[in-house]
Amino acid sequence: MADLNLTLKIWRQDGPTEPGGFKTYDISDLNTHMSFLEMLDVLNENLVNSGDEPVAFDHDCREGICGMCSMVINGRPHGPLEGTTTCQLHMRHFNDGDTVTIEPWRAKPFPVLKDLIVDRTPFDRIIQAGGFVSVNTGSAPDGNAIPIGKDISDDAFDAAACIGCGACVAACKNASANLFTAAKISQLALLPQGQTERVERVIGMVKQMDEEGFGHCTNTGACEAECPKEISVDYIRKMNWEFHSANVKG
Amino acid sequence: MLESKIPQGPLADKWTHYKSKVPLVSPANKRRLDIIVIGTGLAGASAASSLAEMGYNVKTFCFQDSPRRAHSIAAQGGINAAKNYQNDGDSVYRLFYDTIKGGDYRSRESNVHRLAEVSSSIIDQCVAQGVPFAREYGGTLDNRSFGGVQVSRTFYARGQTGQQLLLGAYSALSRQIAKGGVKMYNRHEMLDIVKIDGKARGVIVRDLMTGKYERHFGHAVVLATGGYGNVFYLSTNAMASNVTAIWKAHKKGAMFGNPCFTQIHPTCIPVSGDYQSKLTLMSESLRNDGRIWVPKKKGDDRQPRDIPEDERDYYLERRYPAFGNLVPRDVASRAAKERCDEGFGVGPTKLAVYLDFKDAIKRLGQDVVSARYGNLFEMYEKITGDNPYSTPMRIYPAVHYTMGGLWVDYNLMTTVPGLYAIGECNFSDHGANRLGASALMQGLADGYFVLPYTIGEYLSNDIRTPAISTDHEAFEKAEKESKNRNDRLLNNNGSRSVESFHRDLGHIMWDNCGMARNIAGLTKAIGEIQSLKKEFWDKVRVPGRDNVLNPELEKAGRVADFIELGELMVRDALDRSESCGGHFREESQTDEGEAKRDDENFTFASAWDYQGEGTDPVRNKEKLEFEAVQLTQRSYK
Repeated sequence: MADLNLTLKIWRQDGPTEPGGFKTYDISDLNTHMSFLEMLDVLNENLVNSGDEPVAFDHDCREGICGMCSMVINGRPHGPLEGTTTCQLHMRHFNDGDTVTIEPWRAKPFPVLKDLIVDRTPFDRIIQAGGFVSVNTGSAPDGNAIPIGKDISDDAFDAAACIGCGACVAACKNASANLFTAAKISQLALLPQGQTERVERVIGMVKQMDEEGFGHCTNTGACEAECPKEISVDYIRKMNWEFHSANVKG
Repeated sequence: MLESKIPQGPLADKWTHYKSKVPLVSPANKRRLDIIVIGTGLAGASAASSLAEMGYNVKTFCFQDSPRRAHSIAAQGGINAAKNYQNDGDSVYRLFYDTIKGGDYRSRESNVHRLAEVSSSIIDQCVAQGVPFAREYGGTLDNRSFGGVQVSRTFYARGQTGQQLLLGAYSALSRQIAKGGVKMYNRHEMLDIVKIDGKARGVIVRDLMTGKYERHFGHAVVLATGGYGNVFYLSTNAMASNVTAIWKAHKKGAMFGNPCFTQIHPTCIPVSGDYQSKLTLMSESLRNDGRIWVPKKKGDDRQPRDIPEDERDYYLERRYPAFGNLVPRDVASRAAKERCDEGFGVGPTKLAVYLDFKDAIKRLGQDVVSARYGNLFEMYEKITGDNPYSTPMRIYPAVHYTMGGLWVDYNLMTTVPGLYAIGECNFSDHGANRLGASALMQGLADGYFVLPYTIGEYLSNDIRTPAISTDHEAFEKAEKESKNRNDRLLNNNGSRSVESFHRDLGHIMWDNCGMARNIAGLTKAIGEIQSLKKEFWDKVRVPGRDNVLNPELEKAGRVADFIELGELMVRDALDRSESCGGHFREESQTDEGEAKRDDENFTFASAWDYQGEGTDPVRNKEKLEFEAVQLTQRSYK
């Protein structure tokens, strides 16, 4: 458990309309079992103790599931480990003396609010545009009334595992939200419960995605490579198929 | 003075009768009624969407950047329901009975029975929303078993059940936001309740991005703000999970029920250092196939794989042959503590026991084990660097859930008229210990199937109340108080960080009001917390300003409330000199070291009434009446 000394280059920005820039901080004697966010906690406590403002960053569950943490570490959303959120990244993956660059998600539809915090409400609006089944409380049939094959259910789960963090957008040079949108569309298109609204759903969600200013898919697969839940780009293919057949039907 | 409003009639018919008699609000009147919902976890999101579907105007608030982030999302294992799909003898009565017994006979029979009754509808509702529950090859829903029960009634979605259920509720909420039935306020934190003529009529919230204080009116206010386990500093809760909303409600007259009832979860990744910010749970479902053990020899430093079978003590299987590794959480936690206190603990800190999958892998094969627990194993490896397929996990108990919360009646209304508390933030259903996979059940039961009915009883009398202007002096006063408090924090010019106070509070709580409690420690803790409170207000340093995003200011307000809550928890633990469920008073144990209840003196729920700064709170009692079950010493042997 060797101690670790790092140089941090962190993006500081006071507000959405303020100019931002990198500031450099030295941090020493870190325990390698710490998580990356715990390392930032130490930095922030040092900053508070010396009368400075701490670095603002989004975080909450610290178990890799809420999707709140969002930082680009050394150029990669959520850092160097595959299938891992920032909060699940531990300092044992860094070396003594490293310089670590920490930035917010960079995408026009996700404006920086402060330091490392961005506005991800466009994702909420994409879901509001159709990412649901219109079933009022109390009107559901028995849970076993419609059998669903295990393979289909598992496939739907793989899509539903998306945590809505936005790493896919941050990883994409076009800032495309295709992977996020496709995951929800695919989950519901796979399941019998999603069939009734299948056409309106894909049309509504894709339209909203475009209106929010997300770019086109680059077909490079950077989103899947950086997705902490390893959501497959195969769902983008499925979304495209859904979209085109909806337009034919519509 | 405490009216639990339990309906008359036989236990099994109460809810049915209630539903057919409860006054209704007509659709035209629902449109004129505003309801505020604080929190968007399972309880809040399900309530907000259901109320909006019914036609009420709903305003919903969360402090995260999106309602989908609420900490319900982190629940791993599953959700219980009395479906009896497995044909293993389950029934509403059995789920009710297991929950009452699991809670060590300190919950209200009528509420728990209602919970068991509506459990089936929750599964139906979630399936209809497109929640991808685990399924059998034939296409039917799969189940697993959980601690404290002998049937398989837990529905699950891999190790991410909470996520899938929350995203289901979030999708229903999103649909209502799009339709205009719910107005959603992200990144807003509730700072106070506004009372007018004794009734809850609104809230003061702070827009966390701009620092602006806002006033919102509602004919009723629903709190769905989760648990307060972070009073211990280290817990499995999310970093921002806090007590502020219900604490402010408490100070405005909502009594606090059983504050000391805390669940310490047996299977968490042990603490590794002082920098640690939170603890990570390893799902209870792991105990289905994992076996818990320590070496038979004290201080045995060999690698676990080098310790032969006959030198291992599978202490849960030894002490509790009937339930083995699947004893309830409080029992498993105490047993781990007992072994570690006796010097049998493992790992660098000696505060850990092994959870071993060697036999499961031999019996089922690695593929099956991986399909069941793969994501949990990965999570464990990310955090510890160890691979649980080849070496046993090291686990230790950690604070996970709070059974205590605002006292509510059968309608889920607090002692402030028009103020409701649902989900983990109320005290209602789990008594002194919650069974696994029952938190998700209660959150969704309250939000989808209970509150939408029971709130009608209150609102049906309120249909002639026009919306009250937020210029009313009560709003002005509450806003000013919230702002003054934040100003005081910012202008304190102290020398200590908020974090350092929180850490100190956590140590006091864990050492004296944790897994084992005694009169000396608790008495000492009250004094320590009072000094800590004084020091906090003398010395805390909060940087930054009020009119911008300021996470340190948010944290300072929350920690100030945690300190006050901590004192109340300790008082409650001191007052309840019996042991029950997760509340273990060392003075009250059986010869075998099990929790010993004192039914004669303590068959009640405590309900603490705030008396103002500097005055001791008053403890009221709701006497618990048991008709359907007989109180017995809980045995899992």
